Amino acid sequence: MTELTKLTIAEAREGLKNKEFTASELTEAYIAKMNECRKLNAFVCETPEKALERAAVSQEKIARGEGGDLEGIPLGIKDLFCTAGIATTACSNILKGFVPPYESTVTSKLLAAGANFLGKLNLDEFAMGGSNETSAFGPVVNPWSKDIPLVAGGSSGGSAAAVAAGMCAGATGTDTGGSIRQPSAYCGVTGIKPTYGRCSRYGIIAFASSLDQAGPIAKDVRDCAIMLKNMAGYDAKDATSAIAEVPDFEKVLGADIKGMRIGIPQEYRVEGLDKEVAAYWDKAAEILKSRGAEIVDISLPHTKYALATYYIIAPAEASSNLARYDGLRYGNRVEGTHLDDMYINSRTAGFGREVKRRIMIGTYVLSAGYYDAYYLKAQKVRRLIRDDFVKAFEKCDLILTPTAPTAAFPIGDKSMQENPITMWLNDIFTVSVSLAGLPGLSLPIGLNANGLPLGMQLIGRAFDEENVFKAAFALEKDAAFRGVK
Amino acid sequence: MAIDTQTVKRIAFLSRLRVEDDKIAAAEEEFNKILDWVEQLQEVPTDDVEPLISVNENHLVLRRDEVTEGNQAEAVLANAPMKEYGYFAVPKVVE
Repeated sequence: MTELTKLTIAEAREGLKNKEFTASELTEAYIAKMNECRKLNAFVCETPEKALERAAVSQEKIARGEGGDLEGIPLGIKDLFCTAGIATTACSNILKGFVPPYESTVTSKLLAAGANFLGKLNLDEFAMGGSNETSAFGPVVNPWSKDIPLVAGGSSGGSAAAVAAGMCAGATGTDTGGSIRQPSAYCGVTGIKPTYGRCSRYGIIAFASSLDQAGPIAKDVRDCAIMLKNMAGYDAKDATSAIAEVPDFEKVLGADIKGMRIGIPQEYRVEGLDKEVAAYWDKAAEILKSRGAEIVDISLPHTKYALATYYIIAPAEASSNLARYDGLRYGNRVEGTHLDDMYINSRTAGFGREVKRRIMIGTYVLSAGYYDAYYLKAQKVRRLIRDDFVKAFEKCDLILTPTAPTAAFPIGDKSMQENPITMWLNDIFTVSVSLAGLPGLSLPIGLNANGLPLGMQLIGRAFDEENVFKAAFALEKDAAFRGVK
Repeated sequence: MAIDTQTVKRIAFLSRLRVEDDKIAAAEEEFNKILDWVEQLQEVPTDDVEPLISVNENHLVLRRDEVTEGNQAEAVLANAPMKEYGYFAVPKVVE
């Protein structure tokens, strides 16, 4: 039965339709895998009974030849999405025990398409982190770890690890500065952060609202296309969701990429770039070229300022968003002698170290006297970073870069723990894309000498996920590397 | 723009967070390290650049002025750590 957990969403859908197995059998296989892999700490809340109930309902629909695009497909949900009646914590102590009375738009859409949720997945607290080590539930272990436990990446570490280990057919993630793409790369799976506005943010616990986007993490490019189609779309409940037609992304897979211009940004060849990462980057360009794509050199001159810009804007927005955790309306409350005292006690006890650090930085850069020097300055540089991409896309149709500068690193790595900036440097190839609001997909390209997966990133124009999927599908086919364990 | 002890205390209060006295020196050092690092943005000329507030070019859509999901007091209060008589309960604020 465990073989069922190796199937992609597309394969499982075929199998269900052809009555090779039932939705209940598929769900049971994943539940068994969840039990077997519990030591990875990918799930923070499991809902197997609910999943089995829903699987039985799906099976009846499938038997009648009915059902949605994802009917009976078992998924994992990042614990940043509000799920009605199911605890949602953002992996923070401040939200322990919170049970949302409503469902996020993205998860509502997935449920409407027939998907079946197995439980909630681990993440960095409030999605602030790049290694899943800031979670109040502890770090996720990368399924590719050998003798020492490696990080799964972050913030969607639980999502990437669960998909890589076969604990769910696909998972939702969210990405603010790289939180879908970087863990996907570390765990050898595929994930896409769509254009800002593609997916509704309604019901997703807010971190940095001008950057946060939901997207899928799955076993391959096709599964990401299937999932994204069933997550995206305009939503009146999110004023920043885009009024744009959602294409059938699956339809473009396999299309010719002849004549497509692929840009290689010179600024991404950073000093000290891992040699194996650089070699795979060249190989990926070579593959696309052999398919008839044209490789062009491009320049994104403000790249080196992206991280500093991000680490002003994201904490600023976070400090404002996280002001809502006041010990009054939901979450953790620690009494105090007066109102301010209660706020301070509740927040000091409820938030972890990285979250407190970012709230304080954000508060500082927004405070009187410093707003112009930091926050306004960062917003101006953000425009220059965005304009770099606009100019580059006059010369090319897609941009190819590595997803992360290295493979997964050990849990508890000293240099990362001692200096937050060292940890933040892992986002160097992903943050610019977030600041510009563009779609970025990470797919596994191969293993390094230590047997760890490395990822490549394809960046598209705003709302041009179709070209991203097209090229990613070709790259996946010719790289002939399947990252899933 | 180096941060001093006073600033750390002020920012902590504005954030409604407590930094214990023995942790202030470490926090000060960490903040200064981070601020030194973001200082690099000052070398970018931005005099004629408009700040980018949102990448989204949506024009906000007006909705009809009508009740959509009213009468949900029970659901709204369901997660409150303390509630009384159908309200959120706060510590005494008026003497």
